[in-house]
Amino acid sequence: MYLTYKATREALEKGEITCQNLIEHYLKRIKEQKHLNAFIETFDEEALKKAKEIDQKIKAGTAGKLAGMVIGLKDVICYKGHKIQAASKILDGFVSRFNATAVKKALAEDAIFIGRQNCDEFAMGSSNENSAFGPSVNPHGKNRVPGGSSGASAVSVAAGMCLVSLGSDTGGSVRQPAAFCGVVGTKPTYSRISRYGLIAYASSFDTIGIISNNTADAALVLEVIAGKDDNDATVSQKAVPSYSKVAIPKKKWKIAYSKESMQSKGLHPEIKQQMQNTMQTLSQEGHTVEQFDFPMLEYILPTYYILTTAEASTNLARYDGVRYGYRTEKKVDLEEMYKKSRSEGFGEEVKRRIMLGTFVLSASYHDAYFTKAQKVRRLIKEHTTQLLEKYDFIISPTTPSPAFGIGDYGEDNLVDYYLADLFTVQANVTGMPAISLPVGKTKNELPIGIQFMANAFEEEKLFGFANYFEKLFASEMVK
Amino acid sequence: MKVDKNTLEKIAHLSRLYFNKNDESKMLKSLNDIIGWVDKLSEVDTSEVEPLTHMTDETNVFRNDENPKNLDREEGLKNAPQQNGEYFKVPRVLD
Repeated sequence: MYLTYKATREALEKGEITCQNLIEHYLKRIKEQKHLNAFIETFDEEALKKAKEIDQKIKAGTAGKLAGMVIGLKDVICYKGHKIQAASKILDGFVSRFNATAVKKALAEDAIFIGRQNCDEFAMGSSNENSAFGPSVNPHGKNRVPGGSSGASAVSVAAGMCLVSLGSDTGGSVRQPAAFCGVVGTKPTYSRISRYGLIAYASSFDTIGIISNNTADAALVLEVIAGKDDNDATVSQKAVPSYSKVAIPKKKWKIAYSKESMQSKGLHPEIKQQMQNTMQTLSQEGHTVEQFDFPMLEYILPTYYILTTAEASTNLARYDGVRYGYRTEKKVDLEEMYKKSRSEGFGEEVKRRIMLGTFVLSASYHDAYFTKAQKVRRLIKEHTTQLLEKYDFIISPTTPSPAFGIGDYGEDNLVDYYLADLFTVQANVTGMPAISLPVGKTKNELPIGIQFMANAFEEEKLFGFANYFEKLFASEMVK
Repeated sequence: MKVDKNTLEKIAHLSRLYFNKNDESKMLKSLNDIIGWVDKLSEVDTSEVEPLTHMTDETNVFRNDENPKNLDREEGLKNAPQQNGEYFKVPRVLD
């Protein structure tokens, strides 16, 4: 099947294929690859019905910008009338009563949603192992995690089960799995896309993100789903540029990398080598590639964990067994009902983050942890902004290592597990846009991702460069 | 900073979570691992820094003072584990 939306649309317009064929094809791919555990549920009948309607629109010449684009939804984005549960037992049986704004906008342009995808519970994790539905599996390598938390969303695109996935990115949850699975992961600026209908993890970090085979598809989808929304008072009111029309600018870019990222202890030698090769090629092409000092690097993840767990403990207080979702079957009083329902419904990692968040917010520790982290966040943001006023992009590996094995991490090496997000969290702590592009593989055939981060609301520039980069490295792009 | 069993129990209560003995000792260990790691932030001099509390650039986003279309009662109750058609049902609070 076609790997780009452009090719798909052309084939649809010429009548070489129908939307119905597309849905049948992707549903077949999903069934054939059940072992990857990517989809929790598919919306077969409805997708086929929608496909027939859009086939008519294409014939009539009235089809929208995303007609025939088949999209998978991470199990944290609301689609009216469909189940959603953040891969958690605590939302068993929950049916969405409204559409997320991103979903509404994509539907208005005739996209088709094919199903909901596995992920780490409440988007908390870097491996898709923290799921009530069991781990999703990376299609590359053997018994490898796909990354997380939008692991299955990356698997679905990499294994041809849908053209594009909508995921969420709070600390790298779209870019890190995209890197592990050899696809493109785009995290826009904080507040570029409405968060209405996105199940909240950490509200000052959460963004909906896009996983695709190429940058053009990501640009088109972002152009459709971004923008102001009466249902989200934090979303940016800025006009949405036509990201899909961005041409490759004829210019020399200024790109910078931090000394600390390249010297980082956990950086896999083959990824380091790929970074060096990539930067060498860019500088041979006449772009400026410079090193800068960023001693703040080691403080970014601790800042992230304090603030996100604090916000999570607040956001997840709503799961109380009263208004929706799971309630304990034990006959107990009200307070015990809350405790039992939550303890039986949440998985271990979610409970850990609620506990940590409650701790850093509690009266005795609020200033020492929560306020302190908010101050460090300001410092990190100011430093990053200064750098991005001087340079067009910050380049880094997306991940310190390629996809690790299922079961490699557990309670005994939690902090090491958290380090999988070492290079991606900076964009969330600062709110900046970033993209992970697949460049090359390790000797073991595991994909490598390289990340570019730009200043806030510079998605146009980022896509322009990514288009260029994609052509420059075409021979090394995975697939 | 180290979390002891007493603090853990308080935090668990505030979080409306319950841990059995085995889970409690595992949780204690992992929380202390993480807290030991995030304590790193104390190395950063923030004496002259204001906390960053909001990430959005938007201020005063208004809408017209009209009743938006909210969920009607039937829709709002549909996902409840126990309800009687009018209200959510919870275990008895008053004797």
